Amino acid sequence: MDFTFNEEQTLIQGQVEQFIQKEYDWETRQKLSNSDLGFGEKNWKTFAELGWLGISVSEDNGGFGGSAIETMLIMEEFGKGLVVEPFLETVVMSLGLLDRYGSDQQISDVMSEVINGKIHLALAYAEPQSRFNLSDVVTEAKKEGDNFIINGFKSVVMNGPVANKIIISARTSGKQMDKKGVSLFLVDSNTAGLTKTDYKTVDGRRASDINLENVTISNDSLIGSLDKGFGLLDEAIDRSILAISAEAVGAMEVLYKTTVEYTKTREQFGTPIGKFQVLQHRMVDMFMEYEQCKSLLYMATMKNEEGSLDAKKAISGLKYQVGKAGKFVGQQSVQLHGGMGVTDELNVGHYFKRLTTIGTIFGNADFHLKQYTSL
Amino acid sequence: MDLTFSNSDLSFRKEVVAFLEEEYPSDIKEKQDKRVPLEKEEIIRWQKILHGKGWFAINWPTEYSGYQDLSVTEKYILQEELANVNAPTMIPFGVGMCAPVIYSFGTDQQKEKYLPSILNSDVWWCQGYSEPGSGSDLASLKTKAETKDENYLVNGTKTWTTLAQHADWIFCLVRTETTEIKQEGISFLLIDMKTPGIEVKPIITIDGSHEVNMVYFDNVEVPKENLVGKEGQGWNIAKFLLAHERSGIAGIAALKRELRRLKDLSSDIQLGEGTLIDDPQFRSKIEETEIELTATEFTELRTLAAMSHGGSPGAESSILKIKGTELQQTISELFVEMLGYYAHPFYLENELGSNETVGPDYAAPVMPHYLNFRKVSIYGGSNEIQRNVISKAILGL
Ligand SMILES: Cc1cc2nc3c(=O)[nH]c(=O)nc-3n(C[C@H](O)[C@H](O)[C@H](O)COP(=O)(O)OP(=O)(O)OC[C@H]3O[C@@H](n4cnc5c(N)ncnc54)[C@H](O)[C@@H]3O)c2cc1C
Repeated sequence: MDFTFNEEQTLIQGQVEQFIQKEYDWETRQKLSNSDLGFGEKNWKTFAELGWLGISVSEDNGGFGGSAIETMLIMEEFGKGLVVEPFLETVVMSLGLLDRYGSDQQISDVMSEVINGKIHLALAYAEPQSRFNLSDVVTEAKKEGDNFIINGFKSVVMNGPVANKIIISARTSGKQMDKKGVSLFLVDSNTAGLTKTDYKTVDGRRASDINLENVTISNDSLIGSLDKGFGLLDEAIDRSILAISAEAVGAMEVLYKTTVEYTKTREQFGTPIGKFQVLQHRMVDMFMEYEQCKSLLYMATMKNEEGSLDAKKAISGLKYQVGKAGKFVGQQSVQLHGGMGVTDELNVGHYFKRLTTIGTIFGNADFHLKQYTSL
Repeated sequence: MDLTFSNSDLSFRKEVVAFLEEEYPSDIKEKQDKRVPLEKEEIIRWQKILHGKGWFAINWPTEYSGYQDLSVTEKYILQEELANVNAPTMIPFGVGMCAPVIYSFGTDQQKEKYLPSILNSDVWWCQGYSEPGSGSDLASLKTKAETKDENYLVNGTKTWTTLAQHADWIFCLVRTETTEIKQEGISFLLIDMKTPGIEVKPIITIDGSHEVNMVYFDNVEVPKENLVGKEGQGWNIAKFLLAHERSGIAGIAALKRELRRLKDLSSDIQLGEGTLIDDPQFRSKIEETEIELTATEFTELRTLAAMSHGGSPGAESSILKIKGTELQQTISELFVEMLGYYAHPFYLENELGSNETVGPDYAAPVMPHYLNFRKVSIYGGSNEIQRNVISKAILGL
């Protein structure tokens, strides 16, 4: 048993931490989030230059062959800075999937472009009726000669607005909820028949609803084999849950610490409010929730990395805990800041909002408790 | 003990239902049903309609409202039916806060001057208590009112002032004297917002809306006749008013409507073979909430009954404040949960009702509402402060 990071991992953690401290003060973050693009193009270039975009890509495919630990460390630091650059969407959710299952053609088309920060990706899995069930897929892909023709609708596709290529799940056989019969396709976002409605999300990021009407793509857009996309998608989402949970842990750390600091300086009734025992206990609970999440995060990340049989159960347990704890820590940070907590100006409300969306993304606490029970 | 309504109660309910069918303007109803924020004009129009029927200032003594008195049960029925059609809730600062202070502590001249325009919704009031350094510890407030000839000269900063951007007048707690016991130097002062030296600056909240403000006073001259009660009596007046503020704060009727709506909407959301409401986890949360809501409703009814027999809403109103606001927050959270991913697209106030929004047509206001309602456990005396009140005043700790 060993909970220490190796030299390279420590190095990258320090690098990201430094980037947040030097380049990502709160004012800058807000400016980027409120800009048309919704994040910093220059920052994305920096990520590419520092090698972060390809860190977990296999060496065969032009990456650095890092493990899930590197991703976890990056995401945790991103959580602390409430980073809006779409690392999760482009790199963790999408690139990881292509790295493992993309065809040679797809890899040569996409890999270096993404690693060099030239293009963006998105993973379109949710549909209006699907809630959190990855196999509930109505969007249909029909084979016609050398092509597939896709019709359907994808909801709240994170990073949809800037994604040059989108991985889309579609049904190629079976019934609405069947795992078998789901296939994945890599689709250019400017393909005829693909229309996006772009919008801002409450966490200051961007997403799209995507309508697919007779979107015609060639056979070699298929990722992996026909009808067998569910497993690949499920794995990608598991890795994404680990990553987003790391982000949540980072955000929770900032929130509990910020709240503790605030209650030391805010005075009411002639004393710092941090002297009131009821608030002390509340903050102790916030701190403990953070620690518990971090423990599950390390455990689940390592289990997944080792390919352990109960990794999926561990991941659902983690996401359940993150959902519950994130809500508690977020809400209480706002509460303990009083009126200040509900202002747009203070960063606390924005961390709270991100923890709120993280609670839902890839399945909320209820969903993962059910998954946990079933595994 | 008797839970049934009398025949006259039942016919009163019919009268309310018929009135609302006739008089509730369809344009306001449409906005309300979409959960889109109303314009000032629309709120005023609706308050005037209620006033015309004698159902606006229902808690005032009839000598000031000129209304026919309503029994506790009738008030309960009225609130319930208003909530059932999702009529706008009244803005409390004039009718529910300032007016009770004026008719309880004001001079005859003040009553004549201020009450009719509040009754008619012609003058819009806001509440100037909190300051940057004085929230929970309100008595530490620093805004100063010094005597200068016939006037007070007011200097200081108020904050979190709800709807000050629309207000004609503000009622303030100000310090008229520096006293050993800080409560004793506080006075209750009415100030015309048009007086030179007042500046209002918006504070944007996490739901992206502009509801609260900073209000700055820089050498603002206020006639001495605008003092309500005596100098130094402000704290007692404030305590009196807080009890008033809290007794209606639970908003039970609206909560019952929202819980029904949650059930209706979630039974339309497909989930696997069934619908979301069939999901045991989601359903049990709704049911736990319903039980808590019923308990709170009857706690309120017991409190009201005691009041109608001459009791006053004491620390019990703190129970209602805590339970009511916890329920408001829980229900707003369940709406977010119900929506799943479609709670995330985010629109500003003025975009909420537009056709641009994505997801189910009721989705857009859900997240802003959830975020906005984090305030309810903070304002009106935070829930921590309310628990302090109960432990001290009821439990004697
Ligand atoms: C949306 C909104 C609208 C408002 N509208 C108005 C308005 O129209 N007019 C007006 O005058 N005011 C208004 N308020 C102000 C509101 O009344 C104050 O925010 C409230 O009194 C809390 O004060 P504070 O924000 O300074 O928090 P603080 O008093 O600094 O409290 C911070 C935290 O410490 C806790 N705390 C403080 N003291 C104790 C204690 N003794 N024991 C345990 N815990 C404690 C609080 O519960 C809170 O969690 C509004 C506030 C909001 C958020």
